[in-house]
Amino acid sequence: MGLLNRLDDPYEGGGIVLGKVEELLNWGRSKSDWYLHFGLACCAIEFMAMNASHFDFMRFGTIPRTSPRQADFIMVTGTVTFKMAERIKILYEQMAEPKYVISVGSCSNSGGPYWEHGYHVLKGVDRIIPVDVYIPGCPPRPEAFEEGMMQLQKKINQQAIFNKRKRIELEDSTKDESNKES
Amino acid sequence: MGEIKRMDLEYSQLDSDRMRINVGPQHPSTHGVLRLEVEVDGEIVTEVVPHLGYLHRSFEKHCEKLNYQQIIPFIDRMDYISAMNNEWPYVMALEKMLDIKVPEKVEYIRVIVAELNRIANHQIAVATFGMDAGAFTPFLYYFRDREAIISILERLSGARLLYNYFRVGGMAADIYPGFKDDCLNVVKQVRKTNAEIMKLLIHNSIFIKRSANVGILTPEVAINYACSGPVLRGSGVAHDLRRDEPYSVYDRFDFEIPVGKGDVGVVGDCWNRNIVRVHEMEQSCRIIEQALAQMPETGDVKAMIPKRIKLPKGEVYMRTENPKGDLGFYIVSNGTDKPERMKARGTSFVNLSVIPEISKGYMFADLILILGSIDIVLGEVDR
Ligand code: SF4
Repeated sequence: MGLLNRLDDPYEGGGIVLGKVEELLNWGRSKSDWYLHFGLACCAIEFMAMNASHFDFMRFGTIPRTSPRQADFIMVTGTVTFKMAERIKILYEQMAEPKYVISVGSCSNSGGPYWEHGYHVLKGVDRIIPVDVYIPGCPPRPEAFEEGMMQLQKKINQQAIFNKRKRIELEDSTKDESNKES
Repeated sequence: MGEIKRMDLEYSQLDSDRMRINVGPQHPSTHGVLRLEVEVDGEIVTEVVPHLGYLHRSFEKHCEKLNYQQIIPFIDRMDYISAMNNEWPYVMALEKMLDIKVPEKVEYIRVIVAELNRIANHQIAVATFGMDAGAFTPFLYYFRDREAIISILERLSGARLLYNYFRVGGMAADIYPGFKDDCLNVVKQVRKTNAEIMKLLIHNSIFIKRSANVGILTPEVAINYACSGPVLRGSGVAHDLRRDEPYSVYDRFDFEIPVGKGDVGVVGDCWNRNIVRVHEMEQSCRIIEQALAQMPETGDVKAMIPKRIKLPKGEVYMRTENPKGDLGFYIVSNGTDKPERMKARGTSFVNLSVIPEISKGYMFADLILILGSIDIVLGEVDR
């Protein structure tokens, strides 16, 4: 389906590939995602191993950034405590649109092992920021990281990027109506 | 176009107040989620205040709520880089309380996995320390080697990072066929890489310039702050629980305790703290080789595991040599299957407390190196 696949079957024998601009933009966006690495706990160590040469996370076109302003998505790797939750929200708000969130590990998915008695642990980072991809595991295996990254690329690839304002207005108006009804 | 106005600066009148800045909790080179409040006078650090609690995961509360076997996974998650070493003092404390004598083979397996984990821990420590100084290649080399260790531990326990492998009175599983060969291969590879790292990083003149004579910790200060592990040994104090208070079968091995000698820089600086870790890997290799040779072929690793653990009333304290220093567990039992109270002496927490003392008067960029040379894990600091 991708643009690149059509290179083998170009229009009228050579040089021209037909496709939408949206496809081209999405292809570019999905293949060069820079991330804000936010290592919090044990999962971050596994993510370090993921970044090293054995698993080579950068083959997905990802580069770790240290500033939220340069990042396309944020990787929350580890236990989110109440004290930390505030900072994560601030960091997320500092990122420029379009932005995505990957939640890594049971802890940031749901509180994980600290779900029941952890009085200082946030029960899932999705309570404060919207999460796009959840990677399960405690800590997730490197294969899971890869799968999660591929899911995010898939998601970016399928996004509609034109007429965003119009669509948002439409959504808002239908929301208002449904609010009135209920 | 207007005329360019010249600004005449009277430098003596410039206000040079001290400035307070935050390093962390989100910062590329703090280790974990530590937040340091730093007061700087220009580039010179005048005060450092660590702020903790960003990874407080209610460890002691969990210990009150769960029974003795269920606590082991939470101990893994304290110092998550060296999970095997963490579990050991805890199960030993319980064995001491229950008066269990573990089989010979179990002791040897424990020694081997703990030493393997110690190597993995030091690899991360030296690699990240190199990264703090701007050297990225050692990171790639060490992580390539670490993968071999991780795969051995994974085949033993089923997990890559948090093993949950120790049991009271035994191990969760026996070793697999080919375990010995794998260990010997790892030992060979570790030695080869360390020889390379010695040239590439340790004796690299840029690295020496950055890390020698920085963050000097004198032996007196180290002892006063109760530092332990490579931080203390880097200051020239040969203190190692494996030799001074031999537990398990450590008295049967022949190994040395590397200390910082000041062949580069002075005793107790960042370079010396770092070199101790590299030498310790070699000593761990020696221990592994001896343990593999002495390990009995037969023996049931699960024979002594009790079905239900109920401790007699009383209290127990057990400490061992973690890769980062002394790790101790203090357990108060009330006679049920859950501890009444449990306290861990976190190594990283104690070692971290020396930061304000040793980073005063150095450049701001050195602060990151000093932090890296102490090798802390925030999971153990905040618990
Ligand atoms: S999910 Fe597991 S490995 Fe990851 S941060 Fe939580 S406890 Fe650690």
